[in-house]
This record gives sequence, C-alpha cells and structure tokens, in this order.
Amino acid sequence: MNFNEFAAYAYFFLIMFLVIGTYSYIYHLYKNRKDVTGVDYEDYSNMALKDDIDDAPVKSMSDDKEK
Amino acid sequence: MENRPLEYDYTVAKMFMLTTIVLGIVGMTIGVFIAFELAFPGLNTILGSGLAEYTNFSRLRPLHTDSVAFGFTVSGIFATWFYVGQRVLKVSMAESKFLMFVGKLQFWLYVIGVAAAVVTLFMGYTTSKEYAEFEWPIDIAIVIVWVLWGVSIFGLIGIRREKSLYISIWYYIATFLGVAMLYLFNNMEVPTMLATSPAGETNIGDWLHSISMYAGTNDALVQWWYGHNAVAFVFTVPIVAMIYYFLPKESGQAIYSYKLSLLSFWGLMFVYLWAGGHHLLFSTVPDWMQTMGSVFSVVLILPSWGSAINMLLTMKGEWQQVAASPLIKFMILASTFYMFSTLEGPIQAIKSVNAIAHFTDWIVGHVHDGTLGWVGFMIIAALYHMAPRVFKRELYSKSLMAAQFWIQTLGIVLYFTSMWIAGITQGMMWRAHDEFGNLAYSFIDTVDVLHPYYALRGTGGLLYLVGFFMFAYNIYKTMTAGRRVEESELQNASPMGA
Ligand code: HEM
Ligand code: HEM
Repeated sequence: MNFNEFAAYAYFFLIMFLVIGTYSYIYHLYKNRKDVTGVDYEDYSNMALKDDIDDAPVKSMSDDKEK
Repeated sequence: MENRPLEYDYTVAKMFMLTTIVLGIVGMTIGVFIAFELAFPGLNTILGSGLAEYTNFSRLRPLHTDSVAFGFTVSGIFATWFYVGQRVLKVSMAESKFLMFVGKLQFWLYVIGVAAAVVTLFMGYTTSKEYAEFEWPIDIAIVIVWVLWGVSIFGLIGIRREKSLYISIWYYIATFLGVAMLYLFNNMEVPTMLATSPAGETNIGDWLHSISMYAGTNDALVQWWYGHNAVAFVFTVPIVAMIYYFLPKESGQAIYSYKLSLLSFWGLMFVYLWAGGHHLLFSTVPDWMQTMGSVFSVVLILPSWGSAINMLLTMKGEWQQVAASPLIKFMILASTFYMFSTLEGPIQAIKSVNAIAHFTDWIVGHVHDGTLGWVGFMIIAALYHMAPRVFKRELYSKSLMAAQFWIQTLGIVLYFTSMWIAGITQGMMWRAHDEFGNLAYSFIDTVDVLHPYYALRGTGGLLYLVGFFMFAYNIYKTMTAGRRVEESELQNASPMGA
C-alpha cells in the first residue's frame, strides 16, 4: 500500500468514526436528557441566568464534600 | 473590620474594557485611512514623500489587522472573561489575592506588548507573515501574557463554587488552548544575526529581524494552518463564548437547547482545524490537502449554524425584545452575520469559486462582514451589557445606542456590498481573454474600474468608525454621568437612560 492509498483509507475511516461518534453523542444526549449526576442538561442554562454570587449553584462544589 | 458581603470584583475586567475601546479606535481609524488610501492613492504621501515610509498602505495595513485582532478583539475576550468567568463559576476574584495579582500583571504586560508591537511595526520591523508580523521579543511577551491568562482561567476554575462548567467556559478554554498551540508553532523563528551567508560571512544580519524556521511550501502550510485557526480561535470561538452568555442573560431566556450547544462545540472543534487548506487552493501544497480543506469548509456550516440558530431560537416568542432593545439588536444582528459569513466562507472554499475569489476584494468583503458584523457587534454588545454592572450605573443613552446601531449596520452593508462587486469584477477581468488566450485587460484597468467601490467601502468604514466613537462616548458618559442603580435593577435587561 503506498502512501496515497493509506491516506485515502485513513481519511475514510476517520470520517466514518467522526460521523458515528457524533450521531451516537446526539442519540445519547437526547435519549438520556440528564447527565450521570441526574441534572437535566437544559438546567445548565441557569448557570448564566442565576449567576449572582449568592444564587444557588446548579451543581455545587460543596455538595460533593458533604457526600 | 466591617463584614461586607462578598461581591464580584471587576477591576481587571474594567482595565481590559478600556483597552478594547482605545485599541478599537486606533485599529479602525487606521482601517478607514488605508481604505481611503486605496481609493485615493495621494493619501499615501499625505505627510510628504519624506515621511511616506510611515504613511503608506503597506506599512499601515499590518497595524490595522494586528490592532483590531490582537488589540480590540483580544482585549474584548479578556474583558469578558474576567466578567463572565467569575459569574458563571460563582467565585469572586476578591477571594484570591494571587489571581488578582496575576490578572493585573497580565494587563500591564499586555499593554507593554501592545506598545512594543505598535512601535516596531511603525518602524518597519516585521516577519512578513500575515497576523504573525511581530518580531520574536514581542512574541515572547505575548506567550507570557497568554500563560498568565491560562493561570487566571484554571486558577478561577480551581476555586469555583459551581461544579459544572458553563458552555461559555468551554469556549474560553478552547480559545486559550487553540491560540497557545497555533502561536507557538507558527512563530518559530531565527534572528538573522545568527545566519551565515553562502560565502561564509557572519554577523551580517540583525538581532531584531528574524525569519521563519520553515521554508517554502511547509512555511505556507504552517502559516495558513495558523492564519485560518486564528480566525477560528480569535474571531469565532471566544465570540461564541460571549453570545452564549450575554444573549440569554440580557434577554432573560434560557438557551434554546443546551444540548445543541454541547454538540456544536465538539463539531466546531473537530472540523475547524482541518479547513485551513482553503487558503492555499491552487498553490503548491498537495492536492489532497486542498480538497480536504474544501470539504471540511463545507462541513463547517453545520456546527457554525448550530450555534447561530440556537441563539436565534433563544429569542423564540420574545421577538418584541429585539424591537425594544438596541442591545439585543446588536446581538441578533451579530449572530445573523455569523450565519452569513459562515455560509459565504464555505462557498468561497469551493475550488471553482475560489478560482475567481482568491486575491480579490470579495475575500476582504467576507472578512469584514465577519469581523464588523459578528465580532465587532458582539464585543460592543458585551461591553454595553457589562457597563451598568461594573460601574453600577444606568447606560447613559438608549437613543444614542439605537442611532449607533443603524449607522454601523449601514456601514457594514456598504462595506460588503461594494467589496462583492469589486471582487467579482476583479476576478472576472483578470481571467478574461480573447480567442488566442491573450489577456483582455491589464492590471491597471481593474484599478480604474474599482475606484468608486473603494470610495464606497471607505465611506462604509467611516460610518462604522463614527458609530464606534458614539459607543465610546456612551460608555464614557455611563461611567461618569449615568444614574446610579441598585443591584435589583440589574437582573436581566440592562437599565438604559433615554
Ligand atoms: C464556515 C466558516 C468559514 C469558512 C469555511 C471560511 C472560508 C474562507 C475562505 C475560503 C477564505 C478565502 C481564502 C482565500 O482564497 O484567500 C476565507 C478568508 C478569510 N476569512 Fe473566512 N470562512 C469562514 C468563516 C469566517 C468568519 C466567521 C470570519 C471572521 C469573523 C472569517 C474571517 C476570514 C478572514 C480574516 C479571511 C482572510 C484571510 C487572509 O487572506 O488574510 N471567516 N475564509
Ligand atoms: C472601521 C472599519 C474598518 C475598515 C474601513 C477596514 C478596512 C480595511 C482595509 C482597507 C483592509 C485591507 C484590504 C486590502 O488589503 O485590500 C483591511 C484588512 C483587514 N481588516 Fe479591516 N477595516 C475595518 C475594521 C476591521 C475590524 C473591526 C476588524 C477585525 C475585528 C478588521 C479585520 C481586518 C482583517 C483581518 C484584514 C485582513 C484581510 C485579508 O488579508 O484578507 N477590520 N481592513
């Protein structure tokens, strides 16, 4: 296999990999709706909307420590 | 000591807001001047032929591009980072003396770097690589500024209260990493003082002047991998970071789909890096690389529009806000121009189109609908949103802001329409030939034909600059004369005076 042939295969499989990867990620996001910690992805918008220093964080660092 | 409640500390953000405005004025004033130089060449020697070295187009052009990109835009990125970063991580810079010190150090080193860059470029010291013209000592200063910024980003993340990183933070981190990698690789250079001539002479060069470590086609490849991704990581990624924060915040609407924002992020990251080949179509780089550049450029529409549509849909059901608030108008137009230039770009990346477009003013038109419409408007909107919060005062004048919006929009439209016509005319005239293959026109024929369009572009640019002065004045008055406001007025829509 010369370099060009190799590059063509590599290119093809890279694209396949990226396409499959992307679509699985989309599927994963929309199927689960929530991430592993149980927070709905859409709630993360509140990080910007409720961002005063004394607003409650969407997911607090200190929660972790209490566990 | 009195126990004051914790507040966000915007000291460093304010400092960078100042440089955003000052360097914006410098860069755009030079832009307008060089635009008129192209229309009226007499301006090249406006101070007499003795000083022509300092006033001619070629000396001033890099001063324009570098001061708008690395001055105006990068300052805007820093200013918004030092504002948005604290807020979405829910941690104040006042909580860390160290981060405060690093932030201020970053600012002062940046100012020194900018001053050195301006002076050396004026004097004619340049590496002659577009967007990488700075000589090596300045490059080193820039690297230090960048590392300090990295310390700020990761330092603040390290002491955060909010565990998850908001989507804007992802984009800021990508900006940091992307530029760091690109800048280092493209600016590998050797002072000519260290060179030896073929005849064996040494000490014939200059300490301050350097040449690239790469040669020929390799140099071109590295340069445009850099140049293209400078567009990605200076003019796109951090600006997306801004709009993902400021538009939802100002309008009080949650992002239309947070999931889509995550997807578009990874899409953009994967695709952008491979598209640089579209700057080198029909050059000496391998053919497959050019094709790859074209293909990835077309794919790039998807993640770009993913973000832009997400922003437009955020305003779903809330379009009366666009009519009512000039601040939201700026952001909606910014995302519209983002869609526009990310559609235009892929079209220009198609080989047959590029055969006409390359080297012409159409490219310059593309550049400026992106930079004026998207980058400029978004940074202006961000600063308008920040001003009442950092100065605790109402924005000085809403009607002035609205007038600025329309003047600048007209300016952009004049700019890109004139450049489209100029570019396509140029492209067609250069390739026109008779039945024997003799070229139909000489270069000067195109220059003649293009004169009115160049004058129009200069006028458009001037309008944009006038608008920018209105912006600077509005912010200045906000700072000094705006009505004082309470925290409670600052929740969403920014308070504005008549
Ligand atoms: C999908 C996204 C985009 C694609 C595929 C794209 C494609 C292109 C192409 C094909 C060129 C012309 C290369 C040549 O023939 O010389 C170009 C030039 C340029 N584009 Fe874009 N573009 C995109 C988005 C943007 C955006 C959003 C901006 C800025 C805000 C931008 C800024 C520039 C600049 C500054 C140049 C000129 C580089 C130079 O020659 O100095 N582009 N782009
Ligand atoms: C006040 C409005 C402005 C005017 C009148 C203006 C004018 C110009 C002119 C005349 C050129 C040289 C074009 C040529 O060589 O044919 C240029 C290049 C450029 N300008 Fe501007 N400019 C303005 C604002 C901006 C802003 C705000 C940005 C970025 C944020 C920007 C980024 C650039 C870039 C990247 C180039 C290089 C384009 C290329 O190599 O293809 N400009 N501008």
